[in-house]
Amino acid sequence: MSNVPQELRYTKSHEWISLNDDGSVTVGITDHAQHLLGDLVFVELPEIGDTYTEGDDCAVVESVKAASDTYCPLDGEIIAHNEALSDKPELINQDPYGEGWIFKLKPDDSGAYDALMDADAYNELIAEED
Amino acid sequence: MMKILMQRLIQTEFQQYNDDSEYMNKRTPLYDMHVAAGAQMVDFGGWDMPLNYGSQIEEHHQVRRDAGMFDVSHMTVVDLHGDKVRPFLQKLLANDVARLKSAGKALYSCMLNEEGYVLDDLIVYYMNDSWFRLVVNSATREKDLAWIAIQSSAFDLEIKERNDLTMIAVQGPNARSKTHQALGEQGEGLDDLGVFYMREVDTDLAVARTGYTGEEGYEIMLPVGQASTLWAALLEAGVKPCGLGARDTLRLEAGMNLYGSDMDESVTPLESGLDWTVAWEPQERNFIGRQALEKQRDAGVVHKLVGLVLQARGVLRNHQKLIMDGLQVGEITSGSFSPTLGKSIAFARIKAGMNDKCKVEIRGRLLAAEIVKPPFVRNGKARI
Repeated sequence: MSNVPQELRYTKSHEWISLNDDGSVTVGITDHAQHLLGDLVFVELPEIGDTYTEGDDCAVVESVKAASDTYCPLDGEIIAHNEALSDKPELINQDPYGEGWIFKLKPDDSGAYDALMDADAYNELIAEED
Repeated sequence: MMKILMQRLIQTEFQQYNDDSEYMNKRTPLYDMHVAAGAQMVDFGGWDMPLNYGSQIEEHHQVRRDAGMFDVSHMTVVDLHGDKVRPFLQKLLANDVARLKSAGKALYSCMLNEEGYVLDDLIVYYMNDSWFRLVVNSATREKDLAWIAIQSSAFDLEIKERNDLTMIAVQGPNARSKTHQALGEQGEGLDDLGVFYMREVDTDLAVARTGYTGEEGYEIMLPVGQASTLWAALLEAGVKPCGLGARDTLRLEAGMNLYGSDMDESVTPLESGLDWTVAWEPQERNFIGRQALEKQRDAGVVHKLVGLVLQARGVLRNHQKLIMDGLQVGEITSGSFSPTLGKSIAFARIKAGMNDKCKVEIRGRLLAAEIVKPPFVRNGKARI
């Protein structure tokens, strides 16, 4: 079974989102997603300062077998990206919710996070997919 | 983000059946062992096959550095019996079975249609003067069997598909010694088996020194009922199971073509890096497709298959375009990440005359790639 931490929020496209103290959010891909993709070998990070709307593709994660877009979960501006993934994309396989984070976003709407899917709903979603 | 998942496997050799289709996937005799080992199973041309058992990169390294094994039961084994089997194969295949002079010797060849296009690639084994064995791809099975039946009508052959046999490939620098150990008495004497030779060590148990990884090793054909016993003995001897994911990156590094990806019925061997498998001599051997190939050879081949190494970070994928001076000059036929080299590599079909460098279009950007001559890796060592 995939690890789905209770304290995070999720998207249908298998990103996880955590709310930071300063109101920004951190985004990565879920354990379920990294397992399906297999060994990751390349990550294309979004540029700091770029702005996206919800649903835009803003990063690409590539495993040996496939390339997948990562979608921006909320409207906002990129304020950080995980440089370590350039040399060690496998961090996403090893620690998808920790060292494998992909980018940080400053949401335009500070309340938007609360509307995202919670862990129970995401668990249901991946159970349906299996 | 999952929608492109598995694209590489689906778009290559294989037709995919929809989940809701009436088809029930075929299972190999080792299916239960794969599931018990935690394999991620995928639909592979109508077969449930292991993609990986955890990490396909680790499985890749296991084969380069030690010994790994693959369930290749989906491959099709066909025995041809008859007094005229040799002249038949000299007509059927672009390579010449006259090269097979001693029992057990194997040959790689393309099977062409009259237009010189590739119907399939295969290995032919010379068993004795009235018995040859073919191993053909699973996705082309029906087409191949029908073609062979039609072409052999004047040769009075018995064509026998060996559904009673299954295949396990054991590959890597330690593959042979570990297989000998697993086979016990049946493995005695295999030390002197030559490269590209097969030997029947027991009834219907054939060990061939062939493979699809660029490493030493065996492909073992054996009765279906013995497969799980041998698999367990190989595990016991320290051979690790490896999935089709690793098999694909290993064969790509080794510079070996994949039918359906690198060549098919739209190209000839001369456009597929397989010139070396076409036996032009003797000139009087009139194999199927010969006239068309000679015509193409004499007119000059317009496209060739080359190797590419991506100079930047990123991953080369099938169907990405090669660009030179703003024009498309080719397309990637097999692209992936090379675990041995730590870079992305590919085969690409490109206009003849292009050498050294080109650009590859990846998500709207042009990245530099070096044009090289495969193989990329042989016997664990980088060759480029």
